[in-house]
Amino acid sequence: MTEFTMEKGADGVAVITWDVPGKSMNVLSMDGANELDAAVTDALADEAVKGIVITSGKDTFAAGMDLNVLAGFKEQGAEGVFEGVMSLHHLLRKIERAGMDAKTNKGGKPIASVLPGTALGIGLELPLSTHRIFAADNPKAKIGLPEIQVGIFPGSGGTTRLVRKLGVMGASPFLLQAKLSDPKAAAKAGIIDEVAEDPLAAAKEWVLNAKDADILKPWDAKSYKVPGGAPYHPAGFNTMVGANAMIMGNTWGAYPAPKAMLSAVYEGLMVPFDTALKIEARWFTNVIMNPSSGNMIRSLFLNKEALEKGANRPEAPDQTVKKLGVLGAGMMGAGIALVSAEAGIEVVLIDQSQEAAERGKAYSESYLDKGIKRGKVTAEKKEKMLSLITPTTDYAALSDVDLIIEAVFEDQGVKAEITKAVEAVIPEDAIFASNTSTLPITGLAKASSRPEQFIGIHFFSPVEKMLLVEIIKGKETGDRAVAKALDYVRQIRKTPIVVNDARFFYANRCIIPYLNEGARMVSEGVNPVLVDNAARLLGMPVGPLQLIDETSIDLAVKIATATKEAMGDAYPADAKGTDELMFWLFEEGRKGRKANAGFYDYDEKGKRTGMWPGLEAKYPHAAEQPELVEVQHRLMFAQVLEAVRALEEGVLEDIREGDVGAILGWGFAPWSGGPFSWLDMLGAAYAADRCDHLSATYGERFACPALLWEMAEKGQTFYKRFGPEAKAA
Amino acid sequence: MTEAYIYDAVRSPRGKGRKDGSLHEVTSVALGSQMLNAIRERSGLDGHAVEDVIWGNATQAFEQGGCLARTTVLASELDERIPGLSINRFCASGMEAVNLAANQVKGGAGEAYIAGGVECMSRVAMGSDGAAVAVDPTVAMDHYFVPQGISADIIATEYGFSRDDVDSFAVESQNRAAAAWEDKRFDKSIVTIRDVNGLPILAHDEYMRPGTDMQTLGGLKPAFKDLGEAMPGFDNVAKLKYPHLEAINHVHHAGNSSGIVDGSAAVLIGSKEFGEKYGLKPRARIRATAKIGTDPTIMLTGPVPATERVLKAAGMEIGDIDLFEVNEAFSSVVLRFMQAFDVDHSKLNVNGGAIAMGHPLGASGAIIIGTLLDEMERQGKSTGLATLCVASGMGAATVIELV
Repeated sequence: MTEFTMEKGADGVAVITWDVPGKSMNVLSMDGANELDAAVTDALADEAVKGIVITSGKDTFAAGMDLNVLAGFKEQGAEGVFEGVMSLHHLLRKIERAGMDAKTNKGGKPIASVLPGTALGIGLELPLSTHRIFAADNPKAKIGLPEIQVGIFPGSGGTTRLVRKLGVMGASPFLLQAKLSDPKAAAKAGIIDEVAEDPLAAAKEWVLNAKDADILKPWDAKSYKVPGGAPYHPAGFNTMVGANAMIMGNTWGAYPAPKAMLSAVYEGLMVPFDTALKIEARWFTNVIMNPSSGNMIRSLFLNKEALEKGANRPEAPDQTVKKLGVLGAGMMGAGIALVSAEAGIEVVLIDQSQEAAERGKAYSESYLDKGIKRGKVTAEKKEKMLSLITPTTDYAALSDVDLIIEAVFEDQGVKAEITKAVEAVIPEDAIFASNTSTLPITGLAKASSRPEQFIGIHFFSPVEKMLLVEIIKGKETGDRAVAKALDYVRQIRKTPIVVNDARFFYANRCIIPYLNEGARMVSEGVNPVLVDNAARLLGMPVGPLQLIDETSIDLAVKIATATKEAMGDAYPADAKGTDELMFWLFEEGRKGRKANAGFYDYDEKGKRTGMWPGLEAKYPHAAEQPELVEVQHRLMFAQVLEAVRALEEGVLEDIREGDVGAILGWGFAPWSGGPFSWLDMLGAAYAADRCDHLSATYGERFACPALLWEMAEKGQTFYKRFGPEAKAA
Repeated sequence: MTEAYIYDAVRSPRGKGRKDGSLHEVTSVALGSQMLNAIRERSGLDGHAVEDVIWGNATQAFEQGGCLARTTVLASELDERIPGLSINRFCASGMEAVNLAANQVKGGAGEAYIAGGVECMSRVAMGSDGAAVAVDPTVAMDHYFVPQGISADIIATEYGFSRDDVDSFAVESQNRAAAAWEDKRFDKSIVTIRDVNGLPILAHDEYMRPGTDMQTLGGLKPAFKDLGEAMPGFDNVAKLKYPHLEAINHVHHAGNSSGIVDGSAAVLIGSKEFGEKYGLKPRARIRATAKIGTDPTIMLTGPVPATERVLKAAGMEIGDIDLFEVNEAFSSVVLRFMQAFDVDHSKLNVNGGAIAMGHPLGASGAIIIGTLLDEMERQGKSTGLATLCVASGMGAATVIELV
């Protein structure tokens, strides 16, 4: 045995310790499952063993399932997944029944689990099958079932057991919202049983003293009733009706996993426990076989982690940032200072006046105060973080920084001046980064005397909330600058993508056509409500019109003006409708949410109250409205074709970055796994066909990129052609 | 092909569907069997006179479960050789019973049927038989389930009926029902409900609120606003299906929706030969029947396509119909019908409807066919059309003509 070891004590307690070699946290592999099975079987058969305790050799219990297990099941198709999952059910059920007589429910051996720390996914599902869960009083431990966040649901009995333990209402925050709890909160919620100073000792004592009735699960007793009522109990009925409606409303029907999980819950609650597990396995299999779950796992779990761990980091010595200079203490600069100080980095926050610099620091202070109010931040942490930020107007304070991020006014001249002034004082080997969102890095680097040390580090707003950071390589940017940017992003615990320099880089390049397409449809007489709802139905977090309001209409006007200027005659003629609408809104003073007036009306608190009636007065709804799918395809293709072009042009070097960046950067339909995953689901042939239709109907902007054409002809997918495996080959 | 004729139609008065309603003490079996007995008596039926009793009921649980049709036959004075078939098409169950019976007769499967239905809503609560359509995620989620009241409000939103529109329709229903009772227009069909000793329990519709005006209705809060906008937020579900709607206009409340009542009705349907055998004069011919499935989210728009379908089957156009009965499940349902076909209110529900008198789910379809027939005879109008919206997105319709 390598992953699970068993030691039978003289006291009659067999302690099974889970400790996967070479991993910082346990994950369950098939070998591991077999070892656990063998150990449990042995202990149950051994007359000298009175009770069993399952614990971990690490300071956490387990992080979940080894995803290779699922991938292995999936290779065998639906049958493979179902049989594989059922084998886990059999193992956990063996633990739960613990040798009890099927009829009398007597004669079983008590089995307890001990959680030294975090227990996630199967790391909680396994303990849930034991008779009592003891946890160490470790406030940092996270206990819960996060599966729904990567497009699946707890499929090793977690769904069935938690619902039978807590009822549909009680279990829903943990199953549907993936709520994680510390041990005390988990005990309070009834997920675990006891928090103990020495959980192993407590568990040993418990298994030696537990009686038959103590180890019988409520659902295996004849008297069992579902807490809150089964689906056809009047209260349970209402709960199910409500759960269905709420999930539909919250997810806009875009995600397969919550639906499948609710089906497993509904169908499972009307049959005996073992049948319920079988039903759970059937629905779990259904979700695993749905391409959405595979795509979500790939982008949101595997590839996100790979990028964070430096999948695209060039060879270079450790570039950990010790002291950071932030130029410009406006909203972006203040946010950058905040997240950097949070990561323990010393920050010099510079602005033109001391007052402005102080204001930038005050942003961190009010953020931390909010955290203290919510009990998430301690006074010590606040003090320590604030002590790391030095607001000043004095460039001399930058003499020992190793990274600069400038977030000053978006003007090439202003930026050039500052670059020169700063480079005069910072160490020669310091890296200079610009947080520009619109100006090409190569152009800005011209002001630098060390262009190989000049790079773009593009944050999204609000900095403290947005998970993505876009790193932009200018023509002359060197490897060390890239490594520096990546190491910094890793320090502040965000997810990086690295792209080459081009107008709007990657994220904004894709978002802008999405916004424009939404506005363009309104200018054509499409009902604006349909436009925004069509986007929401695709799983976009915000419709294009609402997003324009959020990012402000003057910004849209500014970008359009600048683009027009930069492109000259090449500026697309079909932008006319969008531009007219946007400039008109701007002139009407409807500058978006910040002005409490945009496409939408807002109340004095800034809450959207409805579409502005003036919009329909100016742009009456056409008598013939397009089909929903037509609106959706316009909005989707506007984005994904830009992603494909970015790949074609070499702006994007790795489709994983294209997918992860899209989801984290602008919330691109997470259920799809990202633009390239979405296109792979559609199939290149169908996608190319849709491009032909869209471009013939709505204009050249939908013209099928040559790459997509070629892939359609060859029957290729993006991941087969450009995925990491293809690259490695 | 054999023709199917209506020889008689009876109904109970409708009792308030609450614990203090007059019919709350009467079982579904007792209520229904009094309808069967009335038909038997009024037409002088003896022995194995009809092929079957087809009995509509929308909540087939508890005392309404276990093939209520057969149980009701056994409790009645009908011959035990007459079997009994319980059916459920929700609100159109009573109409579907009539339509099935008519089509059986037309097809030669027996000479005569008693068709109708019963619903004791005070005794067997709506929904107490369970409904997978609302809770089973494979249906409820994939088909955007919302409760009927939300659907009625979607109709109002989609087709532009304001709170005033739906309220004034309700006021008119009350006025018409009161006038009809005053004028004794229901006398031909109403069967007084009696106790085991023959003592009368209820002889008139007791749900009505004569004198209801815009002001009284104006004070009522929209009943489905919270369910729609707050918990659990059915409006969001509705918008998934109707993404062009920005918000649902919640206009319905108890005063402009059908009343919850106890009631029953029965119709005697037979061939020409059957009438001759019993010396009965046919009152009307059942010219055509139809049923249809529609979008289950807006749910209650079925009367429009059902009507289109029944007219096609009858070879008629909307202008050929003299009188209409459209079940007043919710004001917006009937307003949408009038809007779709440009039918004048003067030809429709002339004696009021379910908003004033109540809607005993399984019986209403048979009730409105009887009410339509009585009014056609009273006015000497030759053609009539009855239709109902049905839960889960269905509709049913019947065209009858005087003989």
